[in-house]
Amino acid sequence: MAETVNRAPSNAKLETVTFGPDRPLSLDCGVALTPFTIAYNTYGELNAEKSNAVLVCHALTGDQHVANTHPATGKPGWWDLMVGPGKPIDTDRFFVICPNVIGGCQGTTGPESINPATGKAYGLDFPVITIADMVRAQTHLVDHLGIDSLFCVAGGSMGGMQALQWASAYPERVFSAIPLATAARHSAQNIAFHEVGRQAIQADPDWHGGAYYDHGTRPMKGLAVARMAAHITYMSESSLFQKFDRNLQDREQITYGFGPDFQIESYLRHQGFTFVDRFDANSYLYITRAMDYFDLAAEHDGSLAGAFKNTKTRFCIVSFTSDWHYPTSYNKQIVHALNAAAANVSFVEIASDKGHDAFLLNEPEMFATLSGFINSAAAQRGLK
Amino acid sequence: MNAEEQHRRDLKLIADLVTPGSRVLDIGCGNGELLEILGTERDVDGRGLELSQEGVNACVARGLSVIQGDADRDLADYPDNGFDYVILSQTIQATRNPGGVMRDMRRIGKHLIVSFPNFGNWRIRLQLLLGGRMPVTRTLAHKWHDTPNIHLCTVSDFVSLCDELELVTVDALMLSGGNVRHASRPGWRDNLFAEESVFLLRRR
Repeated sequence: MAETVNRAPSNAKLETVTFGPDRPLSLDCGVALTPFTIAYNTYGELNAEKSNAVLVCHALTGDQHVANTHPATGKPGWWDLMVGPGKPIDTDRFFVICPNVIGGCQGTTGPESINPATGKAYGLDFPVITIADMVRAQTHLVDHLGIDSLFCVAGGSMGGMQALQWASAYPERVFSAIPLATAARHSAQNIAFHEVGRQAIQADPDWHGGAYYDHGTRPMKGLAVARMAAHITYMSESSLFQKFDRNLQDREQITYGFGPDFQIESYLRHQGFTFVDRFDANSYLYITRAMDYFDLAAEHDGSLAGAFKNTKTRFCIVSFTSDWHYPTSYNKQIVHALNAAAANVSFVEIASDKGHDAFLLNEPEMFATLSGFINSAAAQRGLK
Repeated sequence: MNAEEQHRRDLKLIADLVTPGSRVLDIGCGNGELLEILGTERDVDGRGLELSQEGVNACVARGLSVIQGDADRDLADYPDNGFDYVILSQTIQATRNPGGVMRDMRRIGKHLIVSFPNFGNWRIRLQLLLGGRMPVTRTLAHKWHDTPNIHLCTVSDFVSLCDELELVTVDALMLSGGNVRHASRPGWRDNLFAEESVFLLRRR
């Protein structure tokens, strides 16, 4: 793929919208959440027909800053290789919306937000949310923007789960869907890794049963350990070998101690401790729980094909050879179900040694596949 | 007729066997040429299965629905009777288990269309008989040690596989040079003179 000039997306807008008691969010757990706020960014212009909107859904630790410099960290947008002017999701052509999920901590209502009933942060009083709740909240936002039908819903990992949920629950509102490196249900192994993270957070004395906001503390050590454990699952053994092998960190020999002798240790500690600066530990609990509860077939008597019955949505599913977090077999289960539902589905398995995180990285074959898919879908939709 | 024209003609011959408006799975669909012809000329709702990344990308860019996968391994994932036609064009000789692939096709599709180069053609027989070397021809252009074609067969071999699988030949096209002969039951002449053949089959 040709290198594109890296321009910042035009018209990046950082917005929030609050839905009052007239528009509560009905959650799967039975609670009606109100009021609730969604923080979202948009890029590009909505056309007159309102037919060029692309919803980008973020992953577990992502946020709405998909294609702009992050206001807190100063880092580039988390998917600026995919979203921007001249990129596969081209902000010169499409109106891109990226909301922070419900339960998140970047401006959308979550456990860190003030509970109107108590005047204090929700903490564990925040209701347990699901992937379906995240998507339901997004339908409020899409309605608010006056959009009936989205041209595309795209996302990787948990973002892919949202794309699947959108296509399953609101098929008439989703013209095309791009679920990447994802799963239609969390496996025992996925749940196990999440549980390790949650236990680490809850074992931190600074967690205070989730009410740390009132104690002026933050369970930083627990959250950092959670992030470290999870981060290992996002990389492949071969990428760890190539990047670190057994290389020592700023020392000539091992120290016979428990300091970060190895570069991989130093790297993981860095990943853990930079993460806690931008993420709320309770949000981590709630969002990992939502992912664990995700099982799209369960709502359809165990038939994943039933989740996509009579769908007209065009799907493009992508997996990566070295992804052991959501391996090709998980993605193929989705393809299999879509086939059984006679859906329009394309699937590629991209050869990459980058592990699960490959979907966020520079993978030219992925860009080539997705550009082709998006351009042909745009032509079918009659978009310029 | 050059190779490219001949290739296009072969695709047209296959497309003409397909009833307009039907659902078609093209196994080994390459860059999607046949699926595109079927879509535009026969109003077909088409799907593809292709092994190469390059081929899948080309198909997806054409707006076709194509899954990256392998005929030997991935047909098992397709539901029974999901398609009106399942097409295997110039691919059967490159599969590891042609019988298994044909069984899956029989399960998935109401009709099967299979095209392949005829290893019984007289030129091939002569090359082996007189030259004593593995034949290399226009349709089989690889040397024996680097060929993807690991399960070559003759028209007669294929007919007997169809009998074994209880598949009825609805139509069979015997191609040699620019000529096409329709044979409902190909005989020894076809086995000797056809360079390529296209079979339209259905379950008994």
